[in-house]
Amino acid sequence: MCRLTDFENVTTDVDSLRSEIRDKSVRVIDVRREGDYKQDHIPSAVNLPLANLLSDDSPERVLKLINSMGIDDQTPVVVYDDTFGALASRVAWTLEYLGHSDVTLLETTYSHWKSLGLENDSNVPEIQTKEHSMNLQPDILATSDYLETAKTRDDVILIDNRERLNFLEQHIPGAISLPYRTLASNDKILRSKEDMKRLLENRGITGNSEIITYCGSVGTLSGLAYYALKSAGLPNAKLYVRSFKEWKKLEKPTEKQEDASYWDLSAE
Amino acid sequence: MTISDLKQSPPDSVKSKINWARIEEADNFAKTVKLFRQGKYDEDSFRRFRLQHGAYGTRMTGDYAMVRIKLPAGEIYPDQIEKISQLSEQYSIGSAHFSTRENLQLHWVILEDVSEIFRGLAEVGLTSREACGNSVRNVMCSPLSGVCPDEEFDSTPYALATARFFLRNPMAQNLPRKFKFNFTCCEKHGMVRIVDVGLIPQIREIDGSPQRGFKIFLGGGLGNKSFVGHQLEDFTPEEDLLYTSIAVMRIFDRLGDRKNLARNRMRYLVNDMGWEKFQNLVFMERAVVRATQSVITQLDVDHTPNEIKRPIRISDESGGDTTPDGYARWLKTNTVKQSQSDYRSVFLTLEAGDITASQLYALADVIRNFSSEGKARSGFNQNIALRYVHEDDLPRLYSKLIEVGLAKSGALTMTAPIGCSGTTSCNLALTNSHRLAKEIQRKFLELKLDEDDDLSDSSIKISGCPNSCGQHGIATIGFFGGGGRVGKDMYANYQMSIGGRSDGDTMLGQTLLRVPAKRVIPVILKIIEIFKENKKSGDTLKTWIHRVVNGNEDSAIKSIADIKKILEPLIIPPTIEEDPDFYLDYGSDTSYHTKTGKGECAA
Repeated sequence: MCRLTDFENVTTDVDSLRSEIRDKSVRVIDVRREGDYKQDHIPSAVNLPLANLLSDDSPERVLKLINSMGIDDQTPVVVYDDTFGALASRVAWTLEYLGHSDVTLLETTYSHWKSLGLENDSNVPEIQTKEHSMNLQPDILATSDYLETAKTRDDVILIDNRERLNFLEQHIPGAISLPYRTLASNDKILRSKEDMKRLLENRGITGNSEIITYCGSVGTLSGLAYYALKSAGLPNAKLYVRSFKEWKKLEKPTEKQEDASYWDLSAE
Repeated sequence: MTISDLKQSPPDSVKSKINWARIEEADNFAKTVKLFRQGKYDEDSFRRFRLQHGAYGTRMTGDYAMVRIKLPAGEIYPDQIEKISQLSEQYSIGSAHFSTRENLQLHWVILEDVSEIFRGLAEVGLTSREACGNSVRNVMCSPLSGVCPDEEFDSTPYALATARFFLRNPMAQNLPRKFKFNFTCCEKHGMVRIVDVGLIPQIREIDGSPQRGFKIFLGGGLGNKSFVGHQLEDFTPEEDLLYTSIAVMRIFDRLGDRKNLARNRMRYLVNDMGWEKFQNLVFMERAVVRATQSVITQLDVDHTPNEIKRPIRISDESGGDTTPDGYARWLKTNTVKQSQSDYRSVFLTLEAGDITASQLYALADVIRNFSSEGKARSGFNQNIALRYVHEDDLPRLYSKLIEVGLAKSGALTMTAPIGCSGTTSCNLALTNSHRLAKEIQRKFLELKLDEDDDLSDSSIKISGCPNSCGQHGIATIGFFGGGGRVGKDMYANYQMSIGGRSDGDTMLGQTLLRVPAKRVIPVILKIIEIFKENKKSGDTLKTWIHRVVNGNEDSAIKSIADIKKILEPLIIPPTIEEDPDFYLDYGSDTSYHTKTGKGECAA
């Protein structure tokens, strides 16, 4: 069962996950904070708070984390969060980067799962450590150096997934704005494939272009966009995982919308 | 929970009976944008098409649009508010803007995303079609129509029927210029003499039986040059409403100026021709329309009464009888008694009409839980009216509004100024009128000026350029933006006028003097001070200013010139070294310069 390589099912639906949990054929990762996880979570889920991962996301450390969660190369993994899929996406992408090909996102958030009255408990599962191989996938990662060269190419599209006001204020030159909120639909973390394709096509995000996504700091919102692109059948996507925070720190050029006081139109 | 997690509307949620949308317009718009980007559609035709669909241009860029969603008769339903909340987060800046013409606007929308907004709007029966361009713009109705103690009957069904008749009507697709209808409840609440066609409901005894009809005003309008409308005749019976509207539009269509963009509103035609001649033309044209229109051409007026049902709450979550601080002030300055006993209409004031996505989302539930008609109205002042709130529910409503940040007091007073969008998004703007309105509101609420009965019937209205979207001409104290200069240093500078009003005694404000942006607040406070020193018992600021501008005042301040003399010392510009802040407009940290793009016929 290979899910991401067919560029179709980047999410797992609620019913499938429930049956996979019953069959004990899946490793579920809850990326919420430890306290939330301890209160209740999807049965059999292990906890990997995003902050824990980000404290050191070197491949060596991530490999250790994966092993300790009992994941080997063949283990199907489903990740969920309560943050519209963005945190889960960042964890899923990290697994993928390390070479784990069978990872998907739960199609909805934990709150919604609960509001549907679905099972949850507070049991912490006993995990048998496993051995995962290290097979880095550099083609899904964009570094600042890579981005700087790539974005001058005509066949590269750079997408900024922050909110519109942040984009207007400052962004990487040449980027187009696709706020992360556009990716979801009602109770799903991603819109349907057909809806997603239409949205992206309208914006000229099509075909075989290489697409690089970025957001504010750690690649969560843009991680969700990475999976949104895949869900729409656009396989050639890369995540600029260090995102705008690093770009600014490196004092690389930025661009802004001039001559308008758009912040004053915001009611925040 | 995120706002994108739209839940199913509760089954008892009231929904609009009218579907204004056509889903195929979304596909068509997306397709046309693509053709335009490929160069297969010329600039002018595309602009016309875009405006006809309610997507207006944005300051200094062709990449963004503003989508102006029409709320016919100002009505808005909870499911529509939730949808707009979601759309604002997805495609706009996470907030929406209530306009002075009962539209709800989404700004800084990427042109290629506009069709996605149309799609979302169609799910809840809303449209932005003909919200811009040379068409019949949103048909307005007083937020108090149906509940106003002074009205003769509710004009809402007539406003809705008029909107339905003209929307997508071939007759209204290519007028010389935009065309506006305002229905109101009574003379006091006004706004009918500053628009192409303004209507006040009236009942006449004819042959012993009461007959419904309207007082109709034609040829008014605010703009670069403003005019007050003229009353067509004593009484226009309701069956003549449509014939009159068609007749006026046909005359405008035939004779309106299609060449000179600056003078093509109907008010110029009326002014150039002279009222009597225009009036006669209308009578003649109406006779022709009456004789030639098929009998089935009638307004489809829905007289089914709205169901008034006080929402039932399972539990009282406020837990106790403690009334939160500020309740009395809010009750006094934000609510009015309705003609129906035990009910009040509650006005929510927003800073210059802006509301966040999460406030919109909360508002939908507030309406469901507190309005016995289950819907809300957009007001005349970039605000929202929640009607049919039972008196007993008011304290609980106030608590709820505090929770969601919508309990600001002073909604019905001078402390809630109007500010058009100004340099926040408009191509024509010279100043940040939007922010100035917010600054005034914050300062005046801090000074508790909303509690001063002398000031409550006055108004402050601000436009960022001479084109009057901020309706400065009908304000007690009005401003429009421009630039001032000391040597080579420029600063934002407003032309101030006083004495404007839009009620039964409608008149345009009279020019007083130019006031630098950073001196506007002290100048208004000084006017209030002069008024307090010279007022007679029973005076309000509005009545006092009215006497002064009409030369009927006999105290120390007899004329506009006397006020000007006192204010002049306040407006002297300091040098840039003395006060660098003076040379920055509100909301800007770079030196001020006037910069404008191409207007879309001030649309």
